[in-house]
Amino acid sequence: MRRRWLHAAVIAAGLTPLAWLALRAWRGELEAEPIKDVTHQTGIWTLRLLLASLAVTPLRKLTGVAALAPYRRTLGLLAFSYATLHLLTYALLDLWGAWDTLIEDVLKRPYITVGFAGFLCLVPLAVTSTRAWVRRLGKRWVQLHRLVYVAGVAGCLHFLWLVKKDVREPLIYSGILAALFAARVLLRLRPSWAAATKARKSASLSASS
Amino acid sequence: MLIRRNPFAESPEREVTDPALYLRRREFVVAAGVAAGTVLLPGCGRAEDAAKPEAPKGVTSPEGFRTDEEQTPFEKASSYNNFYEFGTDKEDPRANSGAFLPKPWSVAIEGEVAKPGAVALEDLVKVSALQERIYRMRCVEAWSMVIPWRGVPLGEVLARFEPTSRAKYVAFTTVLRPEQMPGQRRNVLDWPYVEGLRIDEAMHPLTLLATGMYGRDLPNQNGAPLRLVVPWKYGFKGIKSIVKIRLQETQPPTTWNISAPREYGFYANVNPEVDHPRWTQKRERRIGEFSKRKTLMFNGYEDQVAALYSGMDLAVNF
Repeated sequence: MRRRWLHAAVIAAGLTPLAWLALRAWRGELEAEPIKDVTHQTGIWTLRLLLASLAVTPLRKLTGVAALAPYRRTLGLLAFSYATLHLLTYALLDLWGAWDTLIEDVLKRPYITVGFAGFLCLVPLAVTSTRAWVRRLGKRWVQLHRLVYVAGVAGCLHFLWLVKKDVREPLIYSGILAALFAARVLLRLRPSWAAATKARKSASLSASS
Repeated sequence: MLIRRNPFAESPEREVTDPALYLRRREFVVAAGVAAGTVLLPGCGRAEDAAKPEAPKGVTSPEGFRTDEEQTPFEKASSYNNFYEFGTDKEDPRANSGAFLPKPWSVAIEGEVAKPGAVALEDLVKVSALQERIYRMRCVEAWSMVIPWRGVPLGEVLARFEPTSRAKYVAFTTVLRPEQMPGQRRNVLDWPYVEGLRIDEAMHPLTLLATGMYGRDLPNQNGAPLRLVVPWKYGFKGIKSIVKIRLQETQPPTTWNISAPREYGFYANVNPEVDHPRWTQKRERRIGEFSKRKTLMFNGYEDQVAALYSGMDLAVNF
């Protein structure tokens, strides 16, 4: 029961930026270029939630809290929702009446090409996120879902290539992504770290029971 | 039918401040400031709150220099700015420019002129010579505004210092005050900001040295107290808070060109045919409008300025 509440809270928290954006739009408080504002906000939250989703597994292994596992999917689907809104804002609102430039943008502008590629990576992950698909794909599900790394790199590059000059913020996100990769590699090379915590965990569990 | 009243249309005569009163406005501002200072914390007031002078009667509006397109609301034009000296987000300049002191101000006129020297702003730009110009402003980031500026043609100002025959270019420098301009404490760009024009561009009647907009002094975030406005070029050519104007024989370096030479050229003429390497310049979003509009060659000032560049390859000299 508590877990269900926690899960609902995570979803609510993940949707708060969207609600805030809608409220600002309704009150006319968006920036002078409202469409750009919405594009930027949905984009940045895509990246944040994607990184949060990528952080779940290393965190679970380090802490040994198995109950964290389902949040990988929750956060991943939230990230996909923001990515979809981001893409729709750009393709429908930003390019309103100038759709001829959509193809040109995707092909000619590297930051859009890589951003679009990142979105395409997320689509099969969202589709196969159900339990039925996990079962159906078995081992291949794990392989397929490695695409999320590609999406993460694409998201960071997309951000890095679009800023005019101040790369501080995109570099912070790239740094977090790199740290998450490093954590995974380390956990694989030194399973003892994760195992040790697991052992500690089970020891403390048996001690408390 | 929607009847839209343009709030920026000519003010009726009764709203125009008597010049004698206008010229004494600073006494009032000082008096009000002293009074306010006794109750309020110093430094909290913003420039645009303190001084809202009406345009003086001497403001004239030469034909051909004002577009009748709908003007961008002052609120937008003063809250959505690229002025990296105060931060790199669009809303940073308004938020971070409160401590900037645009007065007193003087400008150094140097180089290839017969009469160089440091000139107080009041003497450089005489209130009696001020004109109103309503120009389109096209940012290199593909958005645009329509802004009523107040200023004097740069050419008229430069002529008073008698440029020599070796004056082929004009170089401008922004003030360097990291203590008042928090953005200058980080090396996002090479400070101070520098810009330049070819002498014929500088002498062109459209080129304006502005001290005000929307009938008031420039807010700090818009480049107080003195900025350049070159309406057929991308906005970053409009250098703000100018402290030095140097006439010289060689083409001066310009900040964005130093920062990213592939992306920002010396000329930076608005040109829908020459894309920025990372985005298209074919269209722009006018602030306040939903769909994008087509960008015009030389930002719609082609008739006036195209001759300056005849025979030049604008894709090379972007």
